[in-house]
Order: sequence, then structure tokens, then C-alpha cells
Amino acid sequence: MDKVIMAKNLSLSYSKDETIINEIDLSINSGSFVFITGASGSGKSTLLKSLYGALKPQQGSLVVGGVELNNVKRSKLNFLRKHLGIVFQDYKLVKEWSIEKNIMLPLLINGYVKDVALAQVDKLLKHVKLNHQAGRYPKELSGGEQQRVAMARALSHNPILILADEPTGNLDEYSANLIWNLLEGANDQLNTTVIVVTHSIPHNLNVDYRHLHIEYGRIREVN
Amino acid sequence: MKSIRNHLSLIVALFSILFSIQVFMIVERSIDAYKVNLSTNYSVIAVSQTRITENNFLNINKLIKKVDELSPDAVIRRLNSDMKSKNIELLKLSLPKFYKLHLAYYPSPEEVVSLRKTLLNTSSITKVEDFSHNHDSTYKLLLLFKKVVSVFAIVVLIVTILLIFKELKIWQYKHNERMSIMGLFGAATWLRSAVLFRLSIVDAILASLFAFISFSYIASSPWVLQQFIDIGIEIVIFNPVFDFLVLLGVSIAISIVLASLIVLGHKEEV
Repeated sequence: MDKVIMAKNLSLSYSKDETIINEIDLSINSGSFVFITGASGSGKSTLLKSLYGALKPQQGSLVVGGVELNNVKRSKLNFLRKHLGIVFQDYKLVKEWSIEKNIMLPLLINGYVKDVALAQVDKLLKHVKLNHQAGRYPKELSGGEQQRVAMARALSHNPILILADEPTGNLDEYSANLIWNLLEGANDQLNTTVIVVTHSIPHNLNVDYRHLHIEYGRIREVN
Repeated sequence: MKSIRNHLSLIVALFSILFSIQVFMIVERSIDAYKVNLSTNYSVIAVSQTRITENNFLNINKLIKKVDELSPDAVIRRLNSDMKSKNIELLKLSLPKFYKLHLAYYPSPEEVVSLRKTLLNTSSITKVEDFSHNHDSTYKLLLLFKKVVSVFAIVVLIVTILLIFKELKIWQYKHNERMSIMGLFGAATWLRSAVLFRLSIVDAILASLFAFISFSYIASSPWVLQQFIDIGIEIVIFNPVFDFLVLLGVSIAISIVLASLIVLGHKEEV
């Protein structure tokens, strides 16, 4: 099976004095569903950041989607990010853009024709149950609705890998369930690899998943 | 509303720069035209022991454009009216020759000194009158006027550059988040900055259009035209093609530099 992520002896830090992730080995197969848990400040979001190239490895090697991230060039990093779907806890929607334009962003970056992109956005808005909100701006939506827009954006271009950082952290039950369903669907139907950083794993999931736990800068498999 | 205000502040800053550039060009043209006027009224007198042809004079210094030999008749008349005509002819032959030298343009004081030296180095020329006192005063007045306008233009430029830098900070803050989000999804730098460049170029075009309208109005204003007639010069106040293209070019160049500074100063949020 193809490895979508391979880390060897990987250490991550924001400063020379403090290492957050300490010499870990990690291998994730394509099409798997992975939860990364850990206490606050344990380094799970830091690890996720390194997976989309926002944090360079301090030591060791890290390969994501075939791209070596140690000394990656900007063009190569852009190439990788075009094939990722990232969901943030704080949504990271462009405030001055309509929700359609936000969802369309990865499609336009990937060179989709506008008409095709619009059709895809239409489909996704129905998928995340926001078709009645078309034309609105992020600030006009609730937190749950904004996260559903962010989710639609992450799914819009059929990425090889979805990285989600506490995607349901601040959400109501309805929105949280919808997000989990969308992630399950992407994994199940499109064979998209999904990595979710979370405090708690939902109980009603219908997919097989791996559970990794980070503690004291080390990562371990939880059975 | 806030967005319009942001645009207006850049447009006003750019317009101020364009306005001072155009005013500077008008002053330059006025001074050049005035210099041509002055050069027709200004000449140098050279006194020579022997006759010098116009061609010889033209070879002495390129500044000399035309030579008029001054008749000694008026001088002789003033000396004595009782002289015999034969003696008058003899006197005429023995008198030095006076030449009025018309110049190609209104020279600087240094050029006047150099011309005087060259003329005096010519063996037959014994005296040169360059009216340097009058010349220097007029020339210094012109220079003072030019300097005052230059200082004014520089002050406007400094103030507007400071305004533009303030604007840059606002834009940087405003566009930073969008550019970072686009970066997270793999947008190339040109794509992330496209909106910024588009907006700044639109602002540059608008500022140039405002300058075009303002100077077209000024150039056709009877009051302004009368001022130039009064000082006896005729200049192109605003050339709708050449001047507009210069202003548009300057405006777009400043905007592109501004947008590039924002792009270069952009730090990706993660």
C-alpha cells in the first residue's frame, strides 16, 4: 500500500530551546483514517502544521504525498498544498469573499474552469446543507456553518489528503455530525486519506481508523 | 465605505504626486520659453581692431548665433560735425569695429564667462561687454524660481510618500489574511498578489484620469492662459497624449512598487 506520509526520526520545534515533537517515526498509508489525540500543548497541531509545510522539521525527514518537506522549495510546497484539503479550528475563511468564492478557492488554484468550479460549489453547498445560504459572507454565518463552508472548501478539489485540526472543537452537535459524515464519506467513497487532530474521538463512526496519541513529544499507537 | 476611503487615500496621494510632477513640467517649460525670450533680447558686444567676418565669429564659440556689425556713424557724429568727409572716412577706418553678438540661447553665468574668455583670447578683440550684472540677476531670479518649485515638489513628494507608506501598512494588514489563506491552498505568489496588483493599478489609472481632467481644465482656463500671455511666453501647459502617458506611467510604476513592497513584506500566517 502507498505511503502518503513518512516521517523518520522527526523532531519539531518553534525555537532551539524547546523541542515539541521529539524524534518520532510515522508512516500513514494512503486511504487511511487517522486520529491524533493528546493533551493541550502536546504537539498534535504542531505535527499537523509540519504536514502541510508550515513548520520545517528541526531534525529527521518528512515526506508527504511524495514531497520531501525538509528543504522544500516554494513551488514544490504549492504543488503539495494544491492536493491537500486543510480544515482549521478557526475556519480561515476569507472574510471579504462570499461563501461560494471561499469554496471555489482550491478549484481556481487548481486551474478549474469557472463554470465547472461553480457547478462543483453548488453540489458541495447542498452536501453541507448550506444551499439556502448562497451569496452570504462568512460573518453572516454561525460558527458551525462557517466550519461547514471550510469543510466544503477542503473537499472541493478531491484532495489526496485531508488534514483537519480540531474540526468540531467549537461546533454544535448537528454541525459536528455533519462534519464527521463528510470526512467519513470522503474516506470511504473517494479513498481520501484523512488525518484529524482532536481531543475526543466520536463514538458513532462507521470507518476503521488508526488512533495515534502524542505525549511528551513522542507518538504511540493506541489500540 | 471603509474600502472606498482606503482607495481614496491612495488615489489622493498619487494625484498629489502627479500634480506636483505636472506643475514641475509646466515650470520647466515656462523657464525654457522665458530663456528663449531673454536670449533674443540679450547680446554681447565685442570690440575688435580689425574686421572679423560672421563666419569667424561663429567658429569662435558655438553659443554665437548671429553677428551684427555696429555702425560707428553715430559716434563720429557726436565727435565733430565740422570734420571734412575725407577725414571722417579716415577716422572711420582707424576706429575699432563694434560687433553685437546674438546668442543661440540664454546662457548660464559660467557660459558667459567662458564666452568672454574665448573672445578675449582672439588676438584682434580688445574688449568684450557682456552686461554680466544684468544677466546674472535675471538668471539668478530664474534659478531661484526653479529651486522654489523644486523644493515645493520635493516636499509634496515626501509628504505623499509618507502617506503612501501609511496606506501600505493598511493594505498589508487588509490583504495579509487573504494572501495567507490562499498560500495554504497552494496559490502561487502571482495569484495571491493578483487582487492587490489589480486594485493598485485601478487606483493608479483613476489618479491619472483625475490629473488628466484637472490639467485639461487648467490648460483651457482663460485666466491661466492670460497669465502666460502677460509674461510673454507661449507653452503647452498640458499635452493630453505625452503628458498623460508620463503621468499614467509614473502612477502605475508607484502603484506597482507599492504592491510589490506589500507582497515582499508579506509573512505567511499559519
